[in-house]
Amino acid sequence: MADELAIRLRGVTKRYGPITAVKNLDLDVPEGTCVGLLGPNGAGKSTTMRLLTAQAIADEGELEVLGFRLPGESKVARAQCGVVPQLDNLDVTLTVEQNLLVFTHLYRIGRADRRDAIERALRIANLSDRRHDRVSKLSGGMRRRLLIARALVHRPRLLLLDEPTVGLDPQVRQELWALIDAMRAEGTTILMSTHYIEEAQRLADTVMIMSHGSAVAAGPPAELVATHAGLEAVEVYGAPAKLAEAEAAAAAAGFRTRRTGTSISVLGIEGADGRAPEGEPRPTNLEDVFVLLTGEEID
Amino acid sequence: MADASTPRIARLRRLERPALTGVLVREVVNFSSYWRSSTFSSTVEPTIYLLAFGFGFGALVGTVGGYDYVEFVGTGTVATAVLFSSAFPAMFGTFVKYQFQRTYDAILAAPVDTEELVTAEAIWIATRAGVYGCVPMLVAMVFGLDPAWGMLAVPGIAFVGGFGWACFGISIAGFASSFENFNYVVSAVLTPLFLVAGTFFPISQLPEWAQIAANLNPLYQLVQLVRHAAFGFEGWTDLVRLGVLVAFGLAMWRVAIFAMTRKLVD
Repeated sequence: MADELAIRLRGVTKRYGPITAVKNLDLDVPEGTCVGLLGPNGAGKSTTMRLLTAQAIADEGELEVLGFRLPGESKVARAQCGVVPQLDNLDVTLTVEQNLLVFTHLYRIGRADRRDAIERALRIANLSDRRHDRVSKLSGGMRRRLLIARALVHRPRLLLLDEPTVGLDPQVRQELWALIDAMRAEGTTILMSTHYIEEAQRLADTVMIMSHGSAVAAGPPAELVATHAGLEAVEVYGAPAKLAEAEAAAAAAGFRTRRTGTSISVLGIEGADGRAPEGEPRPTNLEDVFVLLTGEEID
Repeated sequence: MADASTPRIARLRRLERPALTGVLVREVVNFSSYWRSSTFSSTVEPTIYLLAFGFGFGALVGTVGGYDYVEFVGTGTVATAVLFSSAFPAMFGTFVKYQFQRTYDAILAAPVDTEELVTAEAIWIATRAGVYGCVPMLVAMVFGLDPAWGMLAVPGIAFVGGFGWACFGISIAGFASSFENFNYVVSAVLTPLFLVAGTFFPISQLPEWAQIAANLNPLYQLVQLVRHAAFGFEGWTDLVRLGVLVAFGLAMWRVAIFAMTRKLVD
């Protein structure tokens, strides 16, 4: 095989009682790439992440991480993975530096290299001058940066990010994107789950859209947009009754549509030669694909 | 295939030392932030029992089973201190770390298995119990308990007992679905075992069936071992008592691993 796969899932299914959280999932993450798992809440993204660290055990299917078979060889794989959880689990009564120190031990960094690893992580998180502060005194953004730096102390080959910027300000989010992008530039393989479309579009080489535990589409963001939503869209605004009318008319004319809440987007209107409805033109985007493929209603 | 091209460095050993060390380092570093309160509660409480019973009852009864009552209670409350500094922190600490701080999620994402996590946590709590357990004995020395060479074995005995009770506490936290469930365990299990352990009165006062049952109480065996460490060991009998404590520890250890695996790995 030419491209080494950092993650390889085949036919993975995970059930919780009557609920199937992940259904017959195939996933390839080639080394050195950033793959985004995009999907609404409850699509199975977090379960997929937990399967990759053997904190959830699949009912069916094959899982390989960095060439190791899960769950049997997971511990060896985990030694070379960094994990950033969705929910902050730092030790809040410890200082920034103590949190990193604990993880140099958990990730088995030798005594001689511990100091350097901590300094490097502090630099990555840009927290060198806060090293002696207790975590409880840090801002939300700093805690997130520390959480990411903590996952990088041992220079992992694979970084698993579960909703890395959920609930953060746009400014903080940009800062974290820069940090993640820098890791990607260094060649770290990244698998990131997110329900923020912009995040996936900016950071991921490949996006896999999940819905109800299954992959519904996968590919580079631009390709997904072109395939599923075409190149151009037009926004039709108006009263709800008019929107419903426009939706029906566009569908009858063979266009794909999606609701935005305030308008109807008629997609793939390029080359429609005037058959497209009147409205505000705009390029199509990943959000169009997301809504088309994961449904307009929230269950 | 990935199989052929990836260098195999799989070490699939269980209970690896670096994993245990990692979890222990976390506990030790954390201990630096809360050692005052923990040391206070683990030592002051049994000391109060010792003083209250020792002087309260001591004034009435004088000697029990051939010992000065203060000596009797001073050695008995070692087991109380071990219980208070192992079962309780294990129950509450494990639950908090699992449920509220999500510490165990972070640790299990690192190269540490549940078995290693539980073992290291129990070793840590047992070590603390081994140290805290000596406090009532030291206090009793101030009030007239004579030093003996056998007492040097007390930290070790307290460690073995503490390990079992720590694993017991971790198991309860693993099976419990909420904090409130702990009330049942404290009322229905720990309080009776604590009272029928020969700490404050000799179990020879109890009906025969209760005396036989008390032999299965690890806390009673712990009390007896500590007392014999202070006043003279009884050879084979005490080895059997130690065996009961070790068996209790090993059994609870496996139960704790089972309970926590169920809780932590979906």
